[in-house]
Amino acid sequence: MEKKITLSVKDLKKVIGKKEIIKGLTFDLCEGEVFGFLGPNGAGKTTTIRMLVGLIKPTSGSILICGSNIEGNFQKAMTNLGCIVENPELYPYLSGYNNLLHFARMIEGIGEERIKEVTELVGLTERIHDKVKTYSLGMRQRLGIAQALLGNPKVLILDEPTNGLDPAGIREMRQFIRYLAEEEGLSVLVSSHLLSEIQLLCDRVAIISKGTIIRTDTVQQLLSNRERVVWHIQPLDRGREVLRSLTNIEETDEGTILTEFNEKKIPLWNKQLVEAGVSVMEMNRKMPVLEDLFLELTGGDMIE
Amino acid sequence: MKLIAKKRLIVIAIIIGVLVMLFTYAQFKQVQTQREKLGTSDWRTILQQQIVDTTNRLSSSRITDEWKKQLQISLQQQQYYLDHDINPSEPGAPTFMRIFLENSIDLFIPLMVMVIASDLVSSEHSLGSIKLLLTRPVKRWKVLLSKYFTLCLAISLIIAIAGVLSYLISGLVFGYKGWGAPILTGFNVTETGLNTSEVKLMGQWKFLLMDFGLVWFVSIVVGTLSFMLSVLIRSTAAGMGVMLASLISGAILTNMVSSWESAKYLFMVNLRLTDYMKGTAPPIEGMNLSFSILVLFVWWAGAIFVSFFVFTKRDVY
Repeated sequence: MEKKITLSVKDLKKVIGKKEIIKGLTFDLCEGEVFGFLGPNGAGKTTTIRMLVGLIKPTSGSILICGSNIEGNFQKAMTNLGCIVENPELYPYLSGYNNLLHFARMIEGIGEERIKEVTELVGLTERIHDKVKTYSLGMRQRLGIAQALLGNPKVLILDEPTNGLDPAGIREMRQFIRYLAEEEGLSVLVSSHLLSEIQLLCDRVAIISKGTIIRTDTVQQLLSNRERVVWHIQPLDRGREVLRSLTNIEETDEGTILTEFNEKKIPLWNKQLVEAGVSVMEMNRKMPVLEDLFLELTGGDMIE
Repeated sequence: MKLIAKKRLIVIAIIIGVLVMLFTYAQFKQVQTQREKLGTSDWRTILQQQIVDTTNRLSSSRITDEWKKQLQISLQQQQYYLDHDINPSEPGAPTFMRIFLENSIDLFIPLMVMVIASDLVSSEHSLGSIKLLLTRPVKRWKVLLSKYFTLCLAISLIIAIAGVLSYLISGLVFGYKGWGAPILTGFNVTETGLNTSEVKLMGQWKFLLMDFGLVWFVSIVVGTLSFMLSVLIRSTAAGMGVMLASLISGAILTNMVSSWESAKYLFMVNLRLTDYMKGTAPPIEGMNLSFSILVLFVWWAGAIFVSFFVFTKRDVY
């Protein structure tokens, strides 16, 4: 990746009491990418995010946001960061507009124009002057994002952004996050324990468990050699023999056969099957899910 | 902006308003019964009667020494007023205001202040919006300082409301005159009794102004202490409970601690600053106006230090 690094975390550790909660995390975020932070509950996602946004002091390690260290130069680092930690807790007794105004006052050089801009961006223009307590969860989430975007940040940190949203809301949120990364060039860090979500949303993923990163890679890379083809063939015995002579096979309970996915070899195998008098009723490329991968990597154990 | 949107100040104004009406009525009744009893509205006769009453009580053998001393002091004061032909309770709204302030300084006004102060920081915690505040590009101590300014503003507002309301409402009954009425101040309580050598005559308005100053100072101290608790304890209810307990314990202690001398360093027993102006005997020997102000100041400084220190250092979950 040749892109500019916007967020850089080095050897981040946090000890609470005698327990080491975060055991040295190192990762970088580039411009215009969505980075997924994936781990089971209690893996340390939220603690890490809270350290990133300056709510918790790291025991050791460094966090650089656009080159500014969060501990040495808090103010400068924070101007480039927008975040929602857990639910966007805005003041329910104020209108959406006043909420934004309140937070805009805390950032230098942000005026009413920018408030209007972000309101339009998240599509809340019609309801912005209603009290927040009358908003639906999806609207609150959008207002939260509007709030995070107020200061024109380079890095956006979202902790479980689709928590509690309905499917339509999740989809909308996903498109919006992709838009921010692709069109506006933001780096977005998203944490989640939902594998499907991360898979659809992110460019790169860090898998975290028990306070350490198990693996960091692009989603494609992580999944590529795990794609499978499902063969639905008849007669099964004959077909099985043919395929076995060509590659490794797995059998499923539903009477289908799984082989690896290889674009070049698949037509060849198909041809051989047909030539051997086996009728191929269905050939289905099966996308692997991070779930399998995840369980494989973490050894299936959840919280300690 | 946020404070106003919460409507809490309006509630406080209403509470004050209702109470003032209550007190006004009580005061009015008192004046009436006095008149009926003595058959006159001349204050000299009333004061004379009070002196006789006090002397009678003094001669009773069943009262404690401390109580006796206090009675003696007030007796001397009353005598002094009579001798110099000054009415200690010139009727009118300003006098009522003065009495109201003097009686509300150690419990009522601090209570109102507490309601606002204890909620100021901890409500951000319980709402979770503290996370949004602290992730702004603003240093933490600045966030807290702005909170503190809000507090000071709110306190000033509460006192102003108390003053204006007590004036307006009581004025309906007693009339709005009496700003220039003379008041005596500078009584010095010493070992031997009352020292009147430094007694000065003062216009009521001036006296009131000083009263307001003292009330404001006390409120700021109490407000700061509840503010500290609000920072330390993340639940509003718990913070309020602790503060309420200490305020009430102060009211109780004042009546009991005269033999426990070190109690004078507790902030709760030092709240009745206005009493020094009138020259009432202090709850513990050796206390005077500057001592109390100093004690309160130390508590204030401590609270400020603790709040800011904890707030800037703490991890937020």
